[in-house]
Formats: sequence, structure tokens, C-alpha cells
Amino acid sequence: MMTEKVLMKGNEAIAEAAILAGCRFYFGYPITPQTEVAAYMAKRMPKIGGTFLQAESEVAAINMVYGVSAAGKRVMTSSSSPGISLKSEGLSYLAGADLPALVVNVQRGGPGLGGIQPSQSDYFQATKGGGHGDYRMIVLAPASVQEMASLTVKGFDLADKYRMTSMILADGTMGQMMEPVSLEKVEATVYDKPWAVNGTKGERPHNIANSLSLVPEELERLNFERYERYKKVEENESMFESFMMDDAEICVVAFGIAARVSKNAIVEARKKGIKVGMIRPITLWPFPKKALLDAAEKAHTFISVELSMGQMIEDVELAIKCKRPVMLCNRVGGMIPSPNMVLEAIEKADKGGRE
Amino acid sequence: MNEKRITVFCGHYGSGKTNVAVNYAFYLRKRHEKVSIMDLDIVNPYFRTKDSEKDFIAKDIELICSSYAASNLDIPALPSEMYAPFCREDNFSVLDIGGDDRGAVALGRLSPLIKNSGSYEMLFVVNFYRPLTQTAEEALEVMREIENACSLSFTGIVNNSNVGVQTTKEYIEQTIPHVKKLCELSALPLVMTTVRDDLVTQLEDIENVFPLSLQKTVLGG
Repeated sequence: MMTEKVLMKGNEAIAEAAILAGCRFYFGYPITPQTEVAAYMAKRMPKIGGTFLQAESEVAAINMVYGVSAAGKRVMTSSSSPGISLKSEGLSYLAGADLPALVVNVQRGGPGLGGIQPSQSDYFQATKGGGHGDYRMIVLAPASVQEMASLTVKGFDLADKYRMTSMILADGTMGQMMEPVSLEKVEATVYDKPWAVNGTKGERPHNIANSLSLVPEELERLNFERYERYKKVEENESMFESFMMDDAEICVVAFGIAARVSKNAIVEARKKGIKVGMIRPITLWPFPKKALLDAAEKAHTFISVELSMGQMIEDVELAIKCKRPVMLCNRVGGMIPSPNMVLEAIEKADKGGRE
Repeated sequence: MNEKRITVFCGHYGSGKTNVAVNYAFYLRKRHEKVSIMDLDIVNPYFRTKDSEKDFIAKDIELICSSYAASNLDIPALPSEMYAPFCREDNFSVLDIGGDDRGAVALGRLSPLIKNSGSYEMLFVVNFYRPLTQTAEEALEVMREIENACSLSFTGIVNNSNVGVQTTKEYIEQTIPHVKKLCELSALPLVMTTVRDDLVTQLEDIENVFPLSLQKTVLGG
């Protein structure tokens, strides 16, 4: 290419970044608005000696991910909201077997079949489980096409490092929008996988990838060990962007497309003299609790801007230990809050603070 | 430009076919009384010809599209009036086709009618900044895949290279060697180089410049 920039859809950026991160196995099933991930992989994988497979269902795809991951290879699947519900059983099994994987959810409006326009209403599902049992996933929330690429690479690295699933929690806008992307900076880390089920060559005891533990003491021990690892993730891997927070008396909290809209609103509010900033969680789990708690020292009001009926708002309230009021500014069903709507919420918070 | 009665726009997914097709319909309408634009996209439920419906009404351009186009119902439906452009001798029609060979499949059933019309152009829209068409060779591969899927051969090339709103004169200039090579490899003429309308004055020396106004999209309502 003549310059470093390529014009990509968010979905395509995820697919190409996965390839650059060393992923050579993709299993999927088409669903709008993430189908371009699969379409891109279908074109690219055969050319680079990788495997693209359109599975017979989402359930089949996630179990193929389990198999490849157990064999020690980087692997991914992608879907949109209803498809992620179908994959949720597999997500629990991956967690139970401590297998790394990258799973992409380009969310659409729900519940049920919902619609094909963007949404963030799978926040609970992504950050609190979705599948059964005690487990966590690293949840990454991109807010640009460039981040769709960079967080995909990061997601693979974190998954391998902690032996768990990383989920890219994007929304339909992030998947469908086109922006110039630079993919040259991609640097993936290679991790040793001594646990991989890839042949002993007669040189070591055999490995087993399994989530069945019938002895309660043993199952309890595995859960405690897993949560020790999760604790390290919470301590070391939370990421956020701080925007105009230095003197902020109002703190907007938003991720993905809601954060982009909020930035515009904050710039407008600053012109009116309102001291407002934003903390944009980049990891939704681990949630950037400390940054929010610190912000509660100066900020008198928080506003959670979401494309849901109010899901992240609960984590905001917990993070700041309910020290300050948290307002909700939201649209649902495939609608996106306008900058003006967020601005009005900021102005309302500003008045409330002075009264 | 020598306008034909039927002008078909095909190309790689996301190459900007719809935007070029819509602008070309506007161009045709300035020169001809009866102009129609037909949306035959069976691939993508977003970013459709129908998004520009208000402009078509204002300019008296007939829009032929499936009743499901831009309805959020994600099914690959074709318009019930899809044969209309071939029944009218005095009509100039623009056909906007879905991306890649998968999209061009919808064109296959019309290929005999298009060939028999005696006056058609099938243009390959290419953006060299898109991931799978970054070289002339890659673009040629996509061209051949589309031709095989629809049983029609391209007659010309549209260089629609851009990086969205960040596009500058330099971005377009850098693609000139690539499009020249594609013209050589395919033995086809460069019919247009599209340029966002505010950049046109900077690029007057480029062959067959065609000014584009960017159409609004309606993602997210």
C-alpha cells in the first residue's frame, strides 16, 4: 500500500487485526451487524493457510473454538447479541477449562431477536456472566475503528496471559462505520502454553482440557485458584480514557459510540462554562473502579450515558460507593443519544449541583 | 461522458458504489428527462440507495427498490419492478449492485436483458484504500469474481479511492499509478475519477474527474 492508512469497517478491522495477532482459526455463523467479520475471514484465511469455517450454528462454532484453544492455538469467533446468547454455554465451558479465546459481540437491539440497529444492552451479559457458574471474561469496549483493531490484539494477548476469554463488546455502529486505520503498529505477544493438548511426543504426562470436576473439594479449589487469577486481572489490566477531567465537577461515564457522542456534548458544555469531563471505560471488566472513585472527590454528579435501559450505571454506583448521585442518559432499541440530549443531561446535572 | 441507457455499478464491498451511483443518477438527470435508479443490493441492509430517497423525489428521479430496502428487515429481497428499466426505450437507468461476487449474483438474471439493451455500461468501482483491493492485481481478482458471478463483462473503471472525510488531494493522486495499472491489466478505460466536490478545483488536471457529494446515511435512525 502506498500509505499506511486503510479505509476499513470496524468489523473488517477486527478480522484483519486478529490475523495480524496470529489468529489462524475462525469459526462463525452469520448475523447482522457483524457478518463482515466472517465474510472477511472467508476471503483472507484460505490465502494465509488459516481455517475459516461457517459452522452449522453458534453452539457448534463456540465448541470449535474450545477445541482449537485446547490445542494451544489462537482462535476466535464473532456474533451479535442473539448469537452470543447461544454461545454462552460454550463461554462457561471455556472458563471452566481455563482456555483462552477471543469472542466478539457486535451488539444489536434486544431482547429476543430485537432489531439490527446498534445497542449496548448486552453489558450485563458480558460483564456479569451470561453463561453459568462463577467466571469472568475480560471485556473490551472499542470507541473507534482503530480501537477495534488494537483491542483485538490486546484481547488475544490478555486471553493467553490469563487463560481466559476476552470479549470485544462493540455496538453495531462500531462494526459498520468506516474510518481510516493504521495497522502497522500491531505487535502481538507469543505465550508459552505448557497446558496445551497437542501431543506429548512421549516426553511428558498428557494434558487434559476439561470443565468437569466431580469432587467438590477439587472443584472448590479450582474456583479459588481461578479467582486469584481474576484478582490479578483486576489489579493490573483495567483501562480507561480520561477526557477533560482535571477540574470536572460533573463526570460523564460512557463507552463505545456513547462515548463519542458524549465527547461532542462535553466540548459544547465547556463552551458554556460547565466543568464537565468524561471517564471512558475501555475495559468494562475489570471496571475502572479506582478512577471513578477518585473522580468522586471533585465531581458532584455522575452521568451514565448508555444505549441500554441502564446497565453500566450499576457499576458506576458501586465504583463510587454511592457517594454521589448518578443520572442515566439513554436511548434503546437501536437509537443513539444525540450530543444535544447528552448536553441537556449535563446542564440538568449542573443546575442540580448548584441548588 | 457518453451516457448509456443502462449503467451498472459493481465493485468490492464498501468501495462506494452506492454513493457513486446516486451521484451519477443526479448527473444523468441534468441531461435527460427520465432517469431511474435501481437498488439491487442483496448483501447489506445498511447504507442503501433508499437513504437518498428525498433527493430523488426532489430531482424527479425514479427509485426502484425492494419494499424491504432500508426497513431494517435483513432479507436479500429484489424489487418487484426490477424489469421496468428494460421495458422503457427513453429511460436512463442506474443499477446499484451489492458488493463483491456475492452481490453480483443478483445481476445474473438480468444479464441477457442488459446485453440485449444494446446500450449499457458496466463500471467497476474501486477504492485502493479498501483492505482487499489495495493493488491493481487484487482489484483485478475481485473484478473477475464479479464477472463470473453475473455473466457480464465490465466496460470501464471508476477510481473512487478515498479515506472518507480525511481525504486530501494527495490521497487521490497516490492512487493514479494503481488505477493506470488496473486499466492496463483489464484493458478497460478509466471512465471517472471521483472527487469529493470541495476538492475538485485542486484536481482539475486529473483525467475524467467526477465530483461527488457525500450522501447521508441513516444508521442508528
